[in-house]
Amino acid sequence: MNAEFNGIISPENLVYKKPELMNEVPMHYCPGCSHGVVHKLIGEVIEEMEMEEKTVGVSPVGCAVFAYRYLDIDWQEAAHGRAPAVATGIKRLWPDRLVFTYQGDGDLACIGTAETIHALNRGENIVIIFINNAIYGMTGGQMAPTTLLGQKTATCPYGRDAELHGYPIKITEIAAQLEGTCYVTRQSVESVASIRSAKRAIRKAFEASMAGKGSSLVEIVSTCSSGWKLSPVKANEWMKNNMFPFYPKGDLKDKTSE
Amino acid sequence: MGRMKGAIVVDTARCKGCALCVQACPKAVIAMGKRVNVSGYPYVEVICADECIGCASCGIVCPDGCITVYRKRIDD
Amino acid sequence: MAEQEVTLMKGNEAIARAAVRCGVDGYFGYPITPQSEVIETLALDKPWETTGMVVVQAESEVASINMVYGAAGAGKRAFTSSSSPGIALMQEGISYMAGAEIPGVVVNVQRGGPGLGTIQPSQSDYFQATRGGGNGDYNVIVLAPASVQEMADFVDLSFNLAFKYRNPVMILSDGVIGQMMERVVLPPYRPRRTEEEIRRECPWATMGRTKDRRPNIMTSLELKSEVMEVHNLHLQEKYRKIRETEVRYDTWQCDDADYVIVAFGSAARLAQKAIDMARDCGIKAGLFRPITLWPFPTEQIAAVAQGRKGILVVEINAGQMVEDVRLAVNGSTPVGHFGRLGGIVPEPDEIVDALRKMEN
Repeated sequence: MNAEFNGIISPENLVYKKPELMNEVPMHYCPGCSHGVVHKLIGEVIEEMEMEEKTVGVSPVGCAVFAYRYLDIDWQEAAHGRAPAVATGIKRLWPDRLVFTYQGDGDLACIGTAETIHALNRGENIVIIFINNAIYGMTGGQMAPTTLLGQKTATCPYGRDAELHGYPIKITEIAAQLEGTCYVTRQSVESVASIRSAKRAIRKAFEASMAGKGSSLVEIVSTCSSGWKLSPVKANEWMKNNMFPFYPKGDLKDKTSE
Repeated sequence: MGRMKGAIVVDTARCKGCALCVQACPKAVIAMGKRVNVSGYPYVEVICADECIGCASCGIVCPDGCITVYRKRIDD
Repeated sequence: MAEQEVTLMKGNEAIARAAVRCGVDGYFGYPITPQSEVIETLALDKPWETTGMVVVQAESEVASINMVYGAAGAGKRAFTSSSSPGIALMQEGISYMAGAEIPGVVVNVQRGGPGLGTIQPSQSDYFQATRGGGNGDYNVIVLAPASVQEMADFVDLSFNLAFKYRNPVMILSDGVIGQMMERVVLPPYRPRRTEEEIRRECPWATMGRTKDRRPNIMTSLELKSEVMEVHNLHLQEKYRKIRETEVRYDTWQCDDADYVIVAFGSAARLAQKAIDMARDCGIKAGLFRPITLWPFPTEQIAAVAQGRKGILVVEINAGQMVEDVRLAVNGSTPVGHFGRLGGIVPEPDEIVDALRKMEN
C-alpha cells in the first residue's frame, strides 16, 4: 500500500465502499458495463431501507441473467420477458416483500412487452428496473427494440432503417400513460451526479412499491461498450450525444407524494 | 486550518481496467497501470496519492465495486 | 366425523371450490372455453375475503404460468387452469418450473385440436402432458380425473405431490369432466400455511434471505455443461423415485375379463358403460384406468394383460396412450385402439363394436 495513505485507511475514515449485499464474485459483465453500477445502487438502497431479509429480485434473460450471482438476496430467474409476471406472482402472495425486476431492453420492450405493460397497468406494487442500452448484449450485439435509427448492430449492419426495421420504441413514455404506474423516470449512470440521481430514483420507486402506491418503472439509459464497439469512456460520450436526445432524462410521472 | 486527505484501496484482482474511475477522478490520483491481473485485465493504480481528497467519485462510478475510499481531516 | 355435505356442481367449479378449501394461496388464469368456470367461480366466491387466497386474471396464459412460477417459487401453493391451446402457450413456463424445481399445479380441461381446434372435449394432449411438453428432459406428474369428485380430490393431492417432489403437477381433465355436473363432497376447510410453516417446509423458497442462510435462487440456467449434467441426473433420479412410488390406477371387473379396456378420464366412464353392455352380450370385459398418466402404470398394465384375449385402448384422440400400453404389454397380448376425433365423444355402443371386432 502507498506510504502516503498511511493513517487514513482505517474503518473510522471509511467514506465509500460497495454495498455489503454485493459479494466478491467477479461479475461477468464487460469492462465499464452500466449493469455493475446499477447493481451497486440496488444493493445500497436495499441496505439503506433495511430490506435485506425482505427483498426478492427477478432477473431477466439477457446480460443480467446472472444478476443473482452478485447481490446476496433471494432471486428468481424468469423466462425471457416474463419477469413482471413472475414478480406479480411473488408480490401478490408476499405483499410485505420488496419485489423488483431487473430487465434489459430486449427482455422488457420486445418479447416481454405484454407482461410489462399489463403488470404496470394493473398497478402491481413492484418496481421494474429497465436497462436500455439499445442493443442485445448477451447474444452478441443484435438490434434491440430501442436501437436508434441509423445505429449499426449485427442484425442491422447498415444502420437501423425505419422502413426495414421499424422505429425505436419509447416504452417508458407508454408506461407513464398507464393508470397503474405511480412513478416513471429515465435516468443514467455515467457520472457521479447521474448515479446519485439514479439512486434517488430507485429509492423512491422501492419506497412507493412498499407504500402500495402502484408500479414504478426506472429506466436507466446505459452503455454497451462491447456491442457499440467503443471504449467505456467513449461509450459514455456516445450515449450522451445520441441516446439522451431521443431518450430524454428525467421524471415522466411522479404521483408518489399523492 | 486542516484539509481533507483521502485514500483509496483498489481491489486489483476484480478491476477490469475500464478506466471510468480515471476519468471521474478530479485530481488525477489514479491511472491505468501497465500490469495485468489474474483475469488478464490491466488495472488502475494510484500514481499521485497525496492529491487524493477522498471525494469517492472513483468508487461511485466503478461498475465492479473495486474501490474503497477513506477520508480524514489532517491538521496542518 | 362431521356429516359430509353433498353438493351438485360442474367439474370446473369443483376445482375452484376445492382449491379454496385446501388452503391454496393463489390462482392465476386466463379465460378459455371449456374451463372458464374455474376463474369465474373464484371471482364469484371471493376467497380473498375469506381465506386470503389471491385470484388474478392475467393478460395471457404465458403470464399466468409465470405468475405461478413466481408465487410457487416463493413457497406458496399456486395454480393455473386453461384448455389445450392455452396449455400449449404455457409450455415454456412449465419447462422452466421443471428445471428450477418449482412446485406449481396446472389444470388442463382439454378440448380438440390441433390449433384453435374445437371447444368440444378431447384427450389429444396426452402426449404433450406425459412427455413433458416443453423443451428439455423433464416430466410433470399427470393426474387424470374421471369424475367431478376426483376433480375436487386431485387438487390437494396435486399440491401435496408438487411440494413433495418440487415438481409441476398437471391435472389432465377434459371438457366432459369440466362441464358436467355431478354430486361432489368438497374437502373440509384447511387454513393456508403460515409464514413459519412455509419457512419450515420450503427452506428453498425465495421469500427474503434471512441472515442464517445463503440466498435462495430459482433458476433453470447453468452454462457449465458438467454442472448441468449433474442437475439433469438429479432430476432423472427424482423422476425414477416418482415412477417407483406414485403410480396410481384403478381396475373394475377385470378378474374374469377376456378383454381389458384401458382408458383414462372421461373415456374410462364411457368404457364402464360399454363394459356393462358388452357383458350383457356375453363379452367379458373389464377396465384398467390409469389415474397417473405420468408416472404410467406400465408394470401393472403388463400384469393385467397376462392371459387376456385382447386389450382395447379407448381414448378421445387418434391413439396416444395406446403407445404406452403397447410398450407395457410388449407383444404379450394383442392391443387395439378406439377413438373419436374432432371433439366427438365416443358412444358406448361404438366401444362395444370395437370389442366385437377384436373378438373376430
